[in-house]
Parts: sequence; C-alpha cells; structure tokens
Amino acid sequence: MSFLSIRGVRKRFGDNAVIRGIDLDVGKGELVCLIGASGSGKSTLLRCINLLEPIDDGEIFLDGVDIAEPGLDPRPVRQRVGMVFQSYNLFPHMTAVQNVMLAPRRVKSMTPAQLAEPVRALFRRFGLEDHMDKYPDALSGGQQQRVAIIRALAMEPEILLLDEITSALDPELVGEVLDVLRKLRGDGMTMILATHEMAFAREVADKVCFLNQGQILESGTPEAIFTAPTHDRTRAFLKRVL
Amino acid sequence: MTDSSNGPALTRRAAYEARLRRRSALIAAGSSAVIVLAIVILVPLAPGWTAVKKSFFNAEVFARTFPGLLQAFLMDIAIFAWCAPLIAIMGLAIALCRDVRNPVLFPLRAFGALYTDIFRGLPVILVIYLIGFGIPGLGLPRPWNSPYIWGSLALIVVYAAYVAEVIRSGIDSIHQSQRAAAQSLGLSEADTMRYVVLPQALRNVVPANMNLFIALQKDVALLSFIGPVEIFRQAGVYKSLMANFTPYVGAALIFLAITIPATRYADYLMSRQRGRR
Repeated sequence: MSFLSIRGVRKRFGDNAVIRGIDLDVGKGELVCLIGASGSGKSTLLRCINLLEPIDDGEIFLDGVDIAEPGLDPRPVRQRVGMVFQSYNLFPHMTAVQNVMLAPRRVKSMTPAQLAEPVRALFRRFGLEDHMDKYPDALSGGQQQRVAIIRALAMEPEILLLDEITSALDPELVGEVLDVLRKLRGDGMTMILATHEMAFAREVADKVCFLNQGQILESGTPEAIFTAPTHDRTRAFLKRVL
Repeated sequence: MTDSSNGPALTRRAAYEARLRRRSALIAAGSSAVIVLAIVILVPLAPGWTAVKKSFFNAEVFARTFPGLLQAFLMDIAIFAWCAPLIAIMGLAIALCRDVRNPVLFPLRAFGALYTDIFRGLPVILVIYLIGFGIPGLGLPRPWNSPYIWGSLALIVVYAAYVAEVIRSGIDSIHQSQRAAAQSLGLSEADTMRYVVLPQALRNVVPANMNLFIALQKDVALLSFIGPVEIFRQAGVYKSLMANFTPYVGAALIFLAITIPATRYADYLMSRQRGRR
C-alpha cells in the first residue's frame, strides 16, 4: 500500500456534495499536484486529509493506518501531516520565529533553547534569517508564505499539504515560494499540492490529478495530462488555463 | 488667484481645499457663538433663574463642599479599583465557559449562557439591592455584613456579564482560518484558544471594554443606596446640611473630569483600530 492511500472519500456540506468518491495514492517522496477549477474539491480534499474536515465516507490510510476512523484523536495525525494555506494564516500577534516555535513548544514540549538552532537553520535555508523577528504584517506575501511553510516544516511532518499557496501572491512573488517547493522536493518531502500553477505542476509533479465536481476525472504523469488528456473536460480546462 | 502668494508649492487643488477649510472654520465658529450667546442671554431671562442659580450654582457652597466631595470620590475610586480586576477575571472566565465545546463541560456552557442572560437582563440597581440587602440579611457577623463587600459583589457580577459578552464577541471575531492553522499544527483546543485566539481577541476588545469600565466608574455611585458614603451620598449629606443643590453639580464635575478624558481615549483607541483593519 502507498504511503498515503485515499479510498472512496466522500464529503458533503449540507446539500452540496463536494467530494464524491475519490481514490488517490501518494508514494513516499512523491509530489502530487491537484488541478481543476475553483470549487472542484481540491482544497476540501486537502482539509479532509489533515482532518480539519471530518469525511462522511471512505478511508484515508497513512502508513497503513486509517486516520479517518471516526472518533480518532486528530492531533497525532496532524503532527505528521503539515498544511500550508492559501492566505498564509500566520498568527499576526507573533513574530515569524514565534509563529514557527509555537507548535514544537506546545505539542512536542521542546524548549526554545532546543529549537533555536534548527529553526534558525530553516529560516536561513529559505532566505529569511534577517526576518525572523519581524511580525507578519512587516513581511511581503511571499515572505509570509515562506514563514508559513517553515512553520509547518518545524513540526517535521511526513507529508505536506499545500493548498493553493501561491494564489494570493502577486505574480512577481510566486517564484520565491515555488523555489522553496523545489528545495523540499529535492529533500524527498512527500507533498500534495493544489495549484493553478500549471507550468510548475508540469515541471515538478510526479503525478497530476484533474479534479472535476468532486471526483478525479483523470490522473497520470504531467506529460500524459498536459499533452494527451483523454477527457473532454480535462482538455477544456487546460485550454482555458494554459 | 489670491493664494498664489503662498508660493508655487501650493497646487490648485490644495489652494481650493485650504479655502474650503477656512470657510468651514468660520461658519462653525459663527454658529457656535450664536448658540452660546443665546443660552447666556435667554436662560437668565427664565422666571426661576435666580432661584436655580442660588441653589445649583452657588459659588460659596461650591467652595466649601468641593474638598469634601473630592475626599469622598476617593472611595469611588477605591471601589472601582478593587472591582475592576475581579470583573476582568470573572468576565474572561465566563466568556471561556461559553466557548467550551467538550460535551462533558456542557453544564459550564449552560451556566455561562444563563449567567450572562440573567445579569444583563437586570437593572444594576436591582441587583445591588438584592445582593446588598439580601446577603447581609442572613445575619452574617461583622465584617461580613458590610455593604462595601456585597455592593461591590453586585457590581462585579453585573459587569462581569457585560465584559464576558464583549470578550466573546472578540473571540468570535477571530477568523476561523486562525483556528484551522493552529489545529493543523497539532495544537490542542485549549492551546489554540490560549496562544492564538485569545491574545488577538482581547486586543480587539480593549476599546469596548474601556467603555464598560467607564460605565462602571459611574455606577459605583449606585452603591450609595445601600450605605457606602461615596461622592453621591456625600453630596446628598451636604445638600441636606446646606439646603443647597450645588454639591451635586460639584460631584458631576468630578465625575466628568474622569469620564470625559477616558471616553475620548476609548474613542481614540477605537478609531485607531478601525484604521488598522
């Protein structure tokens, strides 16, 4: 079984069936891109994997264990599954470094002394060492999003979920965030990325899934999806966005 | 143009706006002067003015009672000073009660809701009477029958309900995405509240809470009805003694000296907060 294995997941909000039976396998170290129109269920699927939304039906296996089991404590799972959001969601009353240290301190009971060096190393690696002590509102969108990624990485997750993390950025800031993802890819980090950055998906993804109305209509290598889509809807979508 | 003398730095638009501003200032000053003049001329023409002036604006009485009133006002400040922190703590506790999601703690949640409903639904003076006369009526020994204790308790329970509601609105104002971010990192509900939601929520409601505490400062005077000799009661004593209402005017001035600057400051904080959003 794959590292992350999603089987028959369904999720509805009231009358609105957002996820209508999704199967997806993500191997260790793979980068899977979810593409599709707004409202196709990309974000909801990621929120379900992080257990921010309880699923109505189906199973989500992480390393062979069903994490979607109703009644299961979600917190140990969330420590293993990092998430980065479209609108960064940094804590505005904390500096960048406080944002990053909060969860390791509270959840893993690490001391600031223990964290100082590894956290500084993360900031340095992603070019933010000079901005550690700034508050989020003193940082650009790209810098904030990079801090948000560092915040997720500080928990040493086994898989990272990235929910349209460049969609709120000015075009000239998108590149610096994508560079971070390239580095993480080089590290062998397992990632699922919901994105509108088709060129990036094509460049780095191991697998691309096209979501349409809560289902994966088509998936395969970037080559296959972008050059020879088999489905009409995929073709229509790609024609609009490329 | 007349403004060309001000140098080339003044743009046409700036000159136009300066002209408008001068005109508005002139009109405002003129209309204010007319109103003040009217009051100064017309009010003394009222048939009872001499009597009112003698009994409410008597300089001699004012001078004799003002120091005593100031002295009594220290009691108001003392009552305020020991009530305020307790109100803040209790208000926060009740706000948190109302936010618990754990079903085991449902009684807490129900208590919080009931509490705020009851104490926001009663006139303050009624609560002061009920607690202030009711509890000492149990025949408690000194000092536990003191109206200072039970009157203060009445103020505390009432204002804690209002503060709780304000804090709760602050908690609600923190966007769901902040909770989602905290939870996605594995933080517990309690840690999410303590480290992420509450610090932001409390900061947002500082101006609203300041307004409540200004109201509290005034309502301290209500305790005079159950005994404590604070400024309002002291003014009443002077009034009886001198058969003159001027001490009440003096008391009003003392209250205003505190409440107007505090209100202005709260307004300033609020407008600054609006500007930040």
